[in-house]
Amino acid sequence: MSIHIRHVTKTFGSFTALDDVSLDVEDGTLLALLGPSGSGKTTLLRIIAGLEHADSGSIEENGADITELHARSREVGFVFQHYALFRHMSVFENVAFGLRVRKTPDAEVRSRVEELLRLVRLEGLGGRKPSQLSGGQRQRVALARALAIRPKILLLDEPFGALDAKVRVELRQWLRRLHDEIGMTSVFVTHDQEEAFELADRVVVMNQGRIEQEGSPDEVFDQPATPFVMDFLGNVNVYHGRVENGRAFWHGIPIDYPDYPHAQAREARVYLRPHELELSPAADGRQRPGTSLPASVVRVTRSGAVTRVACRPHGSDAELHVDVPTDTARSLTLEPGSSVAITPRRARVFLPAPEYVI
Amino acid sequence: MSSRSSTTDASQPITALLVAAAVAIVGLLIVVPLVAVFAEAFAPGVAAWWQALAHDPDTRHAIWLSLTVAPVAVVINTVFGVAAAWLVARFRFPGRSLLISLFDVPFSVSPVVAGLALVLIFGRQGLLGATLAWLDWKVIFSWPGLVLATTFVTLPLVVRELIPVMEAIGPDEEMAAVSLGASGWQMFWRVTLPNIRWALLHGIVLANARAMGEFGAVYVVSGHIAGATDTMPLRVEKLFQEYRQPASMAVASVLAGLALVTLVAKFVIEHRLAAEARDLELARSADGTTHDAPREVA
Repeated sequence: MSIHIRHVTKTFGSFTALDDVSLDVEDGTLLALLGPSGSGKTTLLRIIAGLEHADSGSIEENGADITELHARSREVGFVFQHYALFRHMSVFENVAFGLRVRKTPDAEVRSRVEELLRLVRLEGLGGRKPSQLSGGQRQRVALARALAIRPKILLLDEPFGALDAKVRVELRQWLRRLHDEIGMTSVFVTHDQEEAFELADRVVVMNQGRIEQEGSPDEVFDQPATPFVMDFLGNVNVYHGRVENGRAFWHGIPIDYPDYPHAQAREARVYLRPHELELSPAADGRQRPGTSLPASVVRVTRSGAVTRVACRPHGSDAELHVDVPTDTARSLTLEPGSSVAITPRRARVFLPAPEYVI
Repeated sequence: MSSRSSTTDASQPITALLVAAAVAIVGLLIVVPLVAVFAEAFAPGVAAWWQALAHDPDTRHAIWLSLTVAPVAVVINTVFGVAAAWLVARFRFPGRSLLISLFDVPFSVSPVVAGLALVLIFGRQGLLGATLAWLDWKVIFSWPGLVLATTFVTLPLVVRELIPVMEAIGPDEEMAAVSLGASGWQMFWRVTLPNIRWALLHGIVLANARAMGEFGAVYVVSGHIAGATDTMPLRVEKLFQEYRQPASMAVASVLAGLALVTLVAKFVIEHRLAAEARDLELARSADGTTHDAPREVA
């Protein structure tokens, strides 16, 4: 089941939750809506489910307009952020709910619910109340309940947000396998980029009610379309420099930027990810002038396989963050005060929007 | 050691004094008078007590009237209370806070004034008097007036009980029901109502107790006609005025007995409500909640 969202706008009072959003979700994809809170991702999910109504715009499923279709007729499975399990019902009755309201015969309900409890690995817990389950178990009940009605689309709102780190990683991998087995179109909302990149086929980055970028995880990570995406996808070193004649300058080091071939200099921001910077000893003679930056080490923090190094370029107050594989860091014998050279392997240049004088 | 233990220690002189004062006031104002009512009612013997209740047709009618008017008022209140609480807890609309304040008017207005207001509207000279006369419907000095007056004075009890509970539970379960294909009625009967059942019962018990005991508003609209519009409290007062104290006390003891039953029911229900509130709290904390869940956001 493909979903097509066309020019959807939604406001709550004076707050614009969604601002002319259009998005296509192809059949069978697992898509992540990624963004900070207030970016409109949950509102978009609820509009797809029919739990919220767009002020303007339309939603289509397989080409059929469902904008005015009531939530109960959309056959969409929705997993709520805090699961919203029916607290007074047993696990069994929670999962059976969608079948019961459809007046499904008892025997069929029984076999379907048992099949689903097996699928989510909760056999034997059908008699429990939601309050007697752990967070991860509740999450799986919510999923089984949503799947019971054989939805054409599965929507999940921050599905792992309320779980502890270990359970979250397990459930994530399990959900991916489940999606591949069932093969239905799924959309989930998250503010955790790791989750989005690990789980999804497509990632949509949202900010302030608009889509900043849409693409495969690799596309979004390797070619961030906007400074916001670059910033949101993790730690990044930002440098306010200038651009002219097809080159931007980062601490005096030229970086190719063919998009701006003009001779007149303009302000530009240069973004460098910590793992795309290279460290080498200051005086090993490998660096050619104009390709690397002399700096001194301020702090060294070991974090598993990666060592994070904070450096201060000579003659500057700025702090640069560099991620080095721990083995390399060891061979460099880094400690506060030691001199190093920083070489950018990759950088991205963004021109700020031109400012108009009113 | 700490200040906490000293404030809860009843052996401290000030604490002991306060406890003694509280016990004395509750005893003097509540327990002793209540016991006195029963003692007085049964002083002539159980047979005489029964005689006073069952063999006076006017008293019998008063008991019967109370037992019909109160449930009707409670049913109206229940339907209104659930609908109004749902509206206020689930939707945001202009005038919402004003509406919530209006629910409380019956608590702040004297019941006598409420009764008079009803007479002004439904009485023969009232706003709707001509229409009602043409329809040949009698409201004032008749049972519909009693129902109206009783409903008015008990109006806040159910709705006030439900609003905080519905707000605490939140709309998510209802939305989950709808997204699973439930109709509005299915959602209400299977999800909303079971979730609020103890709060609703609490409201109903309180409304019923208040409805049975209502005097002021009912006094004005009933016309105080023995054997026709006298409810139990009105009957107690009339018998008392007629110097028939034993009979008056017998009816009063029935009302007081009802109060005791209410007290027990209230106690049981409040116990259940506290347990559900704990469950809700537990459910919130077990999934880590939104605030303190470990997150590795950059």
